[in-house]
Amino acid sequence: MPDVFISSDNIFSPLGVTTEANFLQLKNAVSGVKKHEDAKMSEQPFYAALFGKNDPFISTGGQNRYTKFEHLLIVSINDALQQGGIEAGDNKTILIISTTKGNISMLETAAINPALKERIALPVSARLVAEHFQFVHSPIVVSSACISGIMAIITGMRLIRSGQYENAVIAGADTISKFILSGFQAFQAVSPGPCKPFDKERDGINLGEGAGTVVLTSNRKYDRGIRVMGGSISNDANHLSAPSRTGAELSYAMTRSIQEAHLLAKDIDFISAHGTATVYNDEMEAKAITLSKLQSVPVNSLKGYYGHTLGAAGLIESIVSIQSLKEDLVIPTMGFEQSGVTTPINICRELQSAKLKNCLKTGSGFGGCNAALVLCKE
Amino acid sequence: MKGISTSCSIRDGMVCKDGQTVFENKNTRLPEFLLSVYEYFGMNYPRFYKMDNLSKLGWLAAEVLLKDSFSADTYQPEEIGIILANSNSSLDTDLKYYESVKDIPSPSLFVYTLPNIMIAEIGIRNNFKGESAFFVLEGFDADFMWRYVEGLMNDNILKACICGWVDLLKEEYEAVLFLVEKDREEPFLPFTLGSVNKIMAFG
Repeated sequence: MPDVFISSDNIFSPLGVTTEANFLQLKNAVSGVKKHEDAKMSEQPFYAALFGKNDPFISTGGQNRYTKFEHLLIVSINDALQQGGIEAGDNKTILIISTTKGNISMLETAAINPALKERIALPVSARLVAEHFQFVHSPIVVSSACISGIMAIITGMRLIRSGQYENAVIAGADTISKFILSGFQAFQAVSPGPCKPFDKERDGINLGEGAGTVVLTSNRKYDRGIRVMGGSISNDANHLSAPSRTGAELSYAMTRSIQEAHLLAKDIDFISAHGTATVYNDEMEAKAITLSKLQSVPVNSLKGYYGHTLGAAGLIESIVSIQSLKEDLVIPTMGFEQSGVTTPINICRELQSAKLKNCLKTGSGFGGCNAALVLCKE
Repeated sequence: MKGISTSCSIRDGMVCKDGQTVFENKNTRLPEFLLSVYEYFGMNYPRFYKMDNLSKLGWLAAEVLLKDSFSADTYQPEEIGIILANSNSSLDTDLKYYESVKDIPSPSLFVYTLPNIMIAEIGIRNNFKGESAFFVLEGFDADFMWRYVEGLMNDNILKACICGWVDLLKEEYEAVLFLVEKDREEPFLPFTLGSVNKIMAFG
């Protein structure tokens, strides 16, 4: 089976337009989460990490040809491709897109008719993005709730390992509008202030928007020192919107991905958790981490900087982890002060400099889905 | 040997199992049709009534698929997976949810605004805990699905997997599911690209 290397990446978020710019903001403890008062989105003020109305979007040809969601993908993919030598138009390259709701905000602003339903469909966005970069093959859209980004990386890894493709461009994005915000509010899942992952006082999520891209390859010429070594997905088979009571299913995915990477629990140097800051998610994750014998490993959640970026979260957070491996720095968990999970785990609260080799990235989402990914430095 | 154990399709007012029509109720509207399938097969699962139409369609197809054709106790829950795709994601319920936002946003509708919730409904019913994935594609890509599931089996990630296509928007719907097992004596069909294409065409 060929090795799978990360050849380049990009984070396009309210914190910055490149991976390096984003990582610098995290090192400086800058958060993109701000208070917003926007009656179009919510009657009450809310905290979220959103793009400003005047944030940079590239001009990509015909007016209004691309939606904000598609713009995010295009800008992010463009930066990632420009760093590498991998060609979108290569017959051995596949495009994989991760999103939960894509162009859903169009329901709020346009008349609902057959043309709109066609325009909202995720494969249409994927095709427009693929055509922009002249990808040869039809793109694949992964839409499995909040694990979509991690799942897209795992899908790309598998397609490369099977020999079907040599390169995979994996991009994820979501934008926040009333549709999504009102839904999480209806679930009483949105924090009235900045979110506090794993903290005693945690009381819900902040939403966020952004995009992330990783370019995977089996071509050693583009080896930049980080490999995707293992990935696993599991399902709780328990509840649509509440996580497992035991964490056993997430733990299964963690253990399985570590085994696939030919590693042991003791080889994991840090965990980039999902850490949404809801009471139940963080509790379940702490249990899963302990069940996997990883309770002493430094853990962070990046939701305090980015909010929950949904279909982009797994990508953005994996890319921050890749940068952590490169710079030997674990980013602290913004918003965390005092542990509020019943199983003690090692939440990272200060910028930690350490020799880092292996990272475990995890995620969980609606529908009881769980995903884990192992990223390794050579 | 690796094989397709059974298949089920629901389209055009007909339910087919292994290519044979087992129920027909044409010229009814979709919700009534889905309920008539549930009642005809004598199903008893109160959660069914809470599901959105997409989940009902996928769940019914999975029930008919597995009935008399699968012994889940042959496997560990983690060895059984669900890999599905469609082209309209959850748009049918997205439209209904956004209607509710104008009044009071409904959390019970919002949870169904993700297509993988259908996978969760099938997983909860059967205690399937293995790998699942939901892909949104312009049309069913038999080659992609076949290679992907072939890989999951060859890498020992799954030993049994429900695969297929479940798409629904307003009154238009189509569900085609098939069950792949890694070690199945005398399978219904060999697990080949040709078999997958045949099932998609004829159910």
